[in-house]
Amino acid sequence: MRFFERIAAIDRRLIYLALALSVLIPLLFKMVLPTRVSEPVRAAYRSIDDLPEGSVVMISVDYDASSAPELQPIYLGILQHCFAKKLKVLVLGQWVMGTPFGELGLGRIAPLYDAVYGVDYVNLGYRPGYRAQMVGLGREIRDFFAVDSRGITLDSLPMMAGVHNYNQIDLLVGLEAGQAGDEWIQFAGARYGVDIVIGATGVVAPDKFHYLQARQIRGLIGGLQGAAEYETLIGKPGAAIAGMVAQSWAHLLLLAFIVLGNVGYFVMRRAKP
Amino acid sequence: MKKEIPLAITFLTGLIIVVTFFIPHQPLGTMQQRLLIWYSIVLGFTMLLGVDSLLRSNLKRLVGRTPGWPYAAVLLAGFAFTLAAGIYNWATTRSLLTLGSPFMFVYTFVIVPLQATMFAVLAFFIASAAYRAFRARTLEATLLLVTAAIVMIGRVPVGAELWDKLPVLADWIMEVPQMAAKRGIVIGVALGTIAMSLRVILGLERTYLS
Amino acid sequence: MTQIIGTWIAAGLTLAIFSFLYKDNPFYKVAEHLYVGVSAAYAVLYAWANDVYPMLVEPMFLGRGAVTTADRWILLVPLLFGLMMLARWVPRIAWLSRWSIALTVGIAAGLGITGQIQGILLPQVAGTLVPLTSANNVLMVAGVIATLVYFYFSIAQKGAVKVGSRLGMVFIMVAFGASFGYTVMARISLLIGRLQFLVFDWLHVVK
Repeated sequence: MRFFERIAAIDRRLIYLALALSVLIPLLFKMVLPTRVSEPVRAAYRSIDDLPEGSVVMISVDYDASSAPELQPIYLGILQHCFAKKLKVLVLGQWVMGTPFGELGLGRIAPLYDAVYGVDYVNLGYRPGYRAQMVGLGREIRDFFAVDSRGITLDSLPMMAGVHNYNQIDLLVGLEAGQAGDEWIQFAGARYGVDIVIGATGVVAPDKFHYLQARQIRGLIGGLQGAAEYETLIGKPGAAIAGMVAQSWAHLLLLAFIVLGNVGYFVMRRAKP
Repeated sequence: MKKEIPLAITFLTGLIIVVTFFIPHQPLGTMQQRLLIWYSIVLGFTMLLGVDSLLRSNLKRLVGRTPGWPYAAVLLAGFAFTLAAGIYNWATTRSLLTLGSPFMFVYTFVIVPLQATMFAVLAFFIASAAYRAFRARTLEATLLLVTAAIVMIGRVPVGAELWDKLPVLADWIMEVPQMAAKRGIVIGVALGTIAMSLRVILGLERTYLS
Repeated sequence: MTQIIGTWIAAGLTLAIFSFLYKDNPFYKVAEHLYVGVSAAYAVLYAWANDVYPMLVEPMFLGRGAVTTADRWILLVPLLFGLMMLARWVPRIAWLSRWSIALTVGIAAGLGITGQIQGILLPQVAGTLVPLTSANNVLMVAGVIATLVYFYFSIAQKGAVKVGSRLGMVFIMVAFGASFGYTVMARISLLIGRLQFLVFDWLHVVK
């Protein structure tokens, strides 16, 4: 009884310390567990893997630093997959504070595959007003992006020759930390019939399963676990796989907190007259 | 005048967008595309809203040496430095995304760590809340807790180590009962959004003008 | 060298924000204010580089992307609406911003109607119309209907409606629990991201 009273009044900073250690220790010792690949992630992988060489994949970087640890590993994994398959990559972003992540990812991955700017990939950058833009791109990309993120006119980029609207986009990959994914599904998917794969944060991913069941999206990569599964499929272990033991330990710790909190609550409640 | 013109603008633009969905032919198709571009342009200006009052209030704090003025100085210095770095980028490369540039330096080493850490801190708060607040007081709360526990453990590698069926169970929860409830909610929200959009276009809903 | 200096700055700022966990302190406040200032400048720069310059200045004055003269000068309309949005800066003419808001609200509402019907309502209803030949399908259909019944407040919650509503509550709690589990996963991932930065990129404790 006194034990539970004492731990009920525990300093919150001790809880913080326990959580920090549960994440730090697996990272420091580079602990790794085998990753099981779920069907939605495998479906996302197949959607890219089945594309013929030269297909254009549009990747929308719809997140910023607040969720980059979850989505940037997915982005890097998809970029590696696309470049390895010799697919053309067209990047844009709907989140103003996150646009640079598109360029940072390309800057890191493109050189590994000798991908050339303008030939193998293009970064359109950002324009405001996403749902209007998503509809407008269905008519002409140049109406919104007369120039790319480097100020180069699209017509002078070899990769963009003949790429005018969704008819020339073979797959859209939306990396989502908010509502933009639902808008892509409504305005590019339903309206123009674009095939869509979604990569989403843990917060957003549960709200995308109904699209998957209704075949409005072809695959779903959810959170850091989804990223780890994608890294497993492409055989390129990265930040996601490296973080999964830490993730597991932290989840176990939180579960222990919940159980302990509840046991304490019921023991003390029963003891009260 | 102050209300009628905005209501007329909303009605006309909303109507054009709906009509062009069904009749995308000329000249309506071009008209819609123009409206969409205008929407994009006008919305871009909203990025500037708030900046003026932020700068004004912090300048006032700094000049008046009110309590906390050094923080106002930090804010204004951060603003000035970033603006200078961005203008330099723009003047030299016509882009804000040039890798290795001063503006990207500010983004990578100031904005990213600050924003990312502010959200990382939430992990600690959620741990504390898990310990103190999540109680299985009712059947509903118990259901929520049990589902959360299965998903939390089943979706990470340790789940399969504990019991190989746990990930399968977690996937099933996500794909069947969880999905069904979310679909019910989404259908309700869609009906609500459609009704609200109609009310806005018809001028019955005017709260956005207040 | 730039990389090293940058990493140290980033590490310092990361620790300054984390220090809030111990208690509120001047380091945290400095970092917080710096973030606000830097973000405000970022917004101004992006408004110029991604909106005003490429969508107004270039087509109007350099003719880029505009085919006819009319294409160029019709852009005065959104420019005017954009400037009216900024009328909020001047209290005396702040009401002008309503015109710009009206434009964006009208277009958004128009897109909302068609988008929700075509993109959400019809495909989601279609996705629910499945043969009831498996337990999962039965459960899914029951879950969708029960959830809708739970949120249907226009009739009294008694009899069969009450049973449906109660079942809806069960599904909703399962969905919220699942969302909570995923949210925990997301928050922990963000912490992992920051600690990976400190351990790998800054301290190089682990190679």
